[in-house]
Amino acid sequence: MLKQSIENLGNRTIQGVWRIGFAARFFVAVLLHSGTAFRRFGLTIREMYFTGVLSLIIILVSGLFVGMVLGLQGYETLQTYGSEEALGVLVALSLVRELGPVVAALLFASRAGSAITAEIGLMKATEQLSAMEMMAVDPIARVVAPRFWAGVISMPLLAALFSAMGIFGGYLVGVQLIGVDEGAFWSQMKSAVDFEEDILNGVIKSVVFGIAITTIALFEGYDAPPTAEGVSGATTRTVVTSSLAVLALDFVLTAFMFRGLG
Amino acid sequence: MQHDTLVEIEDVVFGYGDRPVLKGINLTARRGQVIAIMGSSGCGKTTLLRLIGGQIRPGEGHVRVAGESLGELDQAGLYRLRRKMGMLFQFGALFTDMTVFDNVAFQLREHTDLPEDAIRDLVLMKLHAVGLRGAAHLMPAELSGGMARRVALARAIALEPMLMMYDEPFAGLDPISLGVTGNLIRRLTDTLGLTSVVVTHDVQESLKIVDYVYFVSEGMIVAEGTADEIRASDLPYVHQFVHGEPDGPVPFHYPAPPYAEDLQLGGASA
Ligand SMILES: Nc1ncnc2c1ncn2[C@@H]1O[C@H](COP(=O)(O)OP(=O)(O)O)[C@@H](O)[C@H]1O
Ligand SMILES: [Mg+2]
Repeated sequence: MLKQSIENLGNRTIQGVWRIGFAARFFVAVLLHSGTAFRRFGLTIREMYFTGVLSLIIILVSGLFVGMVLGLQGYETLQTYGSEEALGVLVALSLVRELGPVVAALLFASRAGSAITAEIGLMKATEQLSAMEMMAVDPIARVVAPRFWAGVISMPLLAALFSAMGIFGGYLVGVQLIGVDEGAFWSQMKSAVDFEEDILNGVIKSVVFGIAITTIALFEGYDAPPTAEGVSGATTRTVVTSSLAVLALDFVLTAFMFRGLG
Repeated sequence: MQHDTLVEIEDVVFGYGDRPVLKGINLTARRGQVIAIMGSSGCGKTTLLRLIGGQIRPGEGHVRVAGESLGELDQAGLYRLRRKMGMLFQFGALFTDMTVFDNVAFQLREHTDLPEDAIRDLVLMKLHAVGLRGAAHLMPAELSGGMARRVALARAIALEPMLMMYDEPFAGLDPISLGVTGNLIRRLTDTLGLTSVVVTHDVQESLKIVDYVYFVSEGMIVAEGTADEIRASDLPYVHQFVHGEPDGPVPFHYPAPPYAEDLQLGGASA
């Protein structure tokens, strides 16, 4: 009984490590076969439409609401210290450093990541990938790599739009609704937000998240058992795994960016 | 090796994991022939095609296509050879995000620098050959199963391969599409100078069009011959297969413990 459960645990661990190994090899293969994605950049642009443009609505609306909530909550707290003019700083820094990259990545994982996994999984299940191989076209180069680069390019753009909408939401609530001084709101924000420290680090974060999410989504789809259950299971795993990966990576990156090297 | 042999499979052994599927297969296809590989579902027919296409490598033995041993080619060599092969997948495997036209144009756009109006002419010619020129603008989801397979056939012959492989081209077709597909395979083979390998369990339809037949059972070739030899064969397995008898060397029942024992009749409890 005990022996059995220890054996099971061991087996699962070994399988998990194998899978990480496969995923890493897959990642390297995608990088090595990326030539087509750049030489025929139209392929990548097309995928940017499907992953990026079609995620726009959810990103913009969520950004607006998150910013509005930040405005409300931030005002409450700042007011008790008599510094409600710093509302612009609070909203902008929270968004650019953390909420923009992280929340946009979580939304991207569930909107675009799941779609990528389902699409690749179905292409595999219906033998479209095998057919491509038989036509002497490498599916990693033709199908996978353009989606990878489309995701990596889209992610920071989406995060930036999320932050912009959020700042606008904070402005709506803070300045227009509550009546914080407009000049102070913007000027304090401008002087407090540092390009390298805040904006560049935020962009680096979202590029890393973009790499993680698209790699997981593509690998899960490519590796899915070619059945209906296989594809649906893979889609769920994409959302769970990539969300956890985003949060874990965020902690590590934040530790390096704003503590360790600061 | 004879000059007119295109595909040669020699003592091939293959298994998925440690489960053997093929246990020593020998077969050859000569240029210009239509050969059929027959056998019941799950006997390893698709596996054989994937070996010829180089998607999997034999555990033992050799697979040679046009004199090149597939086991020894690197990826570039394999892809070079595959440009001269076409494969018709069981359900067509059309790219669902492209129109019929773009599906057929796929290889032309990937592998040639032809201008778009030349591609247009070639695609329409191939679609015309399978009778679906009028369907060029449709999406794969709008096609019936038989039509999808014909489009897939047009796509597979777009670069005029020397070898065509068909995986169960007759499965799930109505009687009319069945005849159409059979004739198409024979006609394309003759007019384009192809060699065709047809994997099927549809005996009646394929015996009408093939030059030579191999029967696979339990990982071995159990019978071979021309269509007439197969029809006249009195080997029990071939006889059962050709005449569609439910019981024979291939039993109706999957191996199981004795029926009475399973239903717990009599015995210990009484
Ligand atoms: N990728 C695979 N992994 C493991 N087993 C497989 C795989 N593909 C096929 N098989 C098994 O190998 C046997 C032969 O399969 P296949 O060649 O598809 O048979 P057929 O095409 O004659 O119906 C079947 O029992 C099948 O379950
Ligand atoms: Mg099969």
